[in-house]
Amino acid sequence: MVEDVRIYGGWKDELGLKVVPSKKIGKDLYEVFIGPQHPGSGHMRITVRLDGDIIVEADPDIGYVHRTMEKLGEIRGWIKPIPLFERMAIHDACNITMPYVLAVEKLMGVEPPLRAKYLRSLLCEINRIGAHLYGFAIFGVFLGHSTMYMWAMGDREVFIELAEALTGARLTHSYPLPGGARRDIPADFPDMARRAVNYMRKRLKEYEKIFLNNPVIRSRLEGVGVISKGLAAELGIVGPNARASGIGYDVRIVEPYDAYPELDFEVPVFREGDALARTMVRVEEIKQSLRIIEQAVEWLEKNPREPIVDKYLYGKYPPLHKKIMESEGRAKLLPISAAMKVPKGRAIGRAETGRGETIYYVESDGGVNPYRVRIVTASARNAIAFKYVLPGHKIMDLPAIYGSLDYFPPESDR
Amino acid sequence: MLQAPSRDYSSVLGLALEKAKNALSSKGIVFSVEEGKGFYDIIVEREYLVAGATALKEAGFDHVVSLTVTDYPKEKKFRLVYHLTSYLDYEIAGAIIGLGVEVPRSDRPSVPSLTQVWRSAEFQEREVYEFFGIEFEGHPDLRPLLLTPPVAELRPLRKDFVVREENIYEGVPKSG
Repeated sequence: MVEDVRIYGGWKDELGLKVVPSKKIGKDLYEVFIGPQHPGSGHMRITVRLDGDIIVEADPDIGYVHRTMEKLGEIRGWIKPIPLFERMAIHDACNITMPYVLAVEKLMGVEPPLRAKYLRSLLCEINRIGAHLYGFAIFGVFLGHSTMYMWAMGDREVFIELAEALTGARLTHSYPLPGGARRDIPADFPDMARRAVNYMRKRLKEYEKIFLNNPVIRSRLEGVGVISKGLAAELGIVGPNARASGIGYDVRIVEPYDAYPELDFEVPVFREGDALARTMVRVEEIKQSLRIIEQAVEWLEKNPREPIVDKYLYGKYPPLHKKIMESEGRAKLLPISAAMKVPKGRAIGRAETGRGETIYYVESDGGVNPYRVRIVTASARNAIAFKYVLPGHKIMDLPAIYGSLDYFPPESDR
Repeated sequence: MLQAPSRDYSSVLGLALEKAKNALSSKGIVFSVEEGKGFYDIIVEREYLVAGATALKEAGFDHVVSLTVTDYPKEKKFRLVYHLTSYLDYEIAGAIIGLGVEVPRSDRPSVPSLTQVWRSAEFQEREVYEFFGIEFEGHPDLRPLLLTPPVAELRPLRKDFVVREENIYEGVPKSG
């Protein structure tokens, strides 16, 4: 390696601005800080040590957007954490709060009616598509493919509007409730959903032409950032990243929840384990989510409307609330839910969010607040991959690997 | 493509519990089982923690899902549980079994690190270290993960750390 005097002292560039150089550490190693003002997804820092342009050590430094979800979960009662927790991944709001709701349902011993289950699964799949498209958009930026960024962000709007028509909110829907869902579908929803599905199918073909089969993208992704099946299991990688490494694991199958046992869908699994496989898994998952949306909408259209909260809870509804449910299909929260008590016990709820398995451990001491809420999101479990997958790659591969892992700092930092 | 098979989670969980019990008994480890909703916790004494973890890893529990710690200040203890499951053993894949230990709430609580057994525990042990102040002996890189060191000093997830809430009506007269 050529010794460069500039690396020790800093120097002035052509405009006369002082440039802060990379630090030299040890013999022939450079320490480069990437982030926390990240050019792509958000706030995290990776400290990489380079020998030439080969990464020999990577240290992910996360926590820049830590928002004390676990501590706040202990002081806000049982219902208020739902709108709190969805802040972790606002474009994946239904998925990320689902495990909490499932855990509280297990503790309370309530079960939503089938119609509410279908509604929740429907929104989960709309969210999943939104989350994957968001990931593609960021990935496009990382690879310098700004068309993909514009396209994916634009197409995500279709599914955000679909979610808005269903829930009334574009992103933070606060849709699932322990024992039910908040709103039934509006009358024009099935047509809207079918149009969105057809539109996305058409667009995926165009994505293939401009992005997935683009020779530049291919050469940057193929064989890059390979995670073997054994390594994926050892590191506990989750979600599409694990499924790209040949691990056939999906919470919707290992512990089916909501309407998933009734729905017909496949879980795409790839064996290559490289950045391209991780991308392709997400494309295939979008196709499966579109299938699920079609089935759910058809079921909801065919079957008669019914109250979308648990029978026991519905029995406690005052007449006004019942009237709103019958006329508008809308579940209003009961005043007593502010001081709701949940039976003593420990429960684990989990769901397959857009980025993988998210798990909530909820402990109740019988009081008005959860005694302990432990949250492990998918991105939190994928963070360890940076440390063990990056070494050995060139620094130019870092954006490709980062983007393909679909790491989302707010979700990871909690 | 993986076609969704119909799987009964409770029977898978039962099978996983049997497997875990057998693995621990064959190594002569004493344990007690606590039932939760959707999982089982196996609680062992501190000296059996590493041996128990090794036995469970050999039995197919290949990664840590969650390192769950709960603080019980009245009983002067922490309950520290490694919630495990399996990716590679299809029979028990997805079933959550916890391997736990009770840690006395002393000045410098510590437990042996299981990072050498499960690499997936590395970051979660760092997280527990900063939020609860529990030290993991033998951890290769025990630094705060999410918090800055001064905040980590406060041990924010312990029950005696109380979140102070601003009273928006402070100083505002009741009438007039």
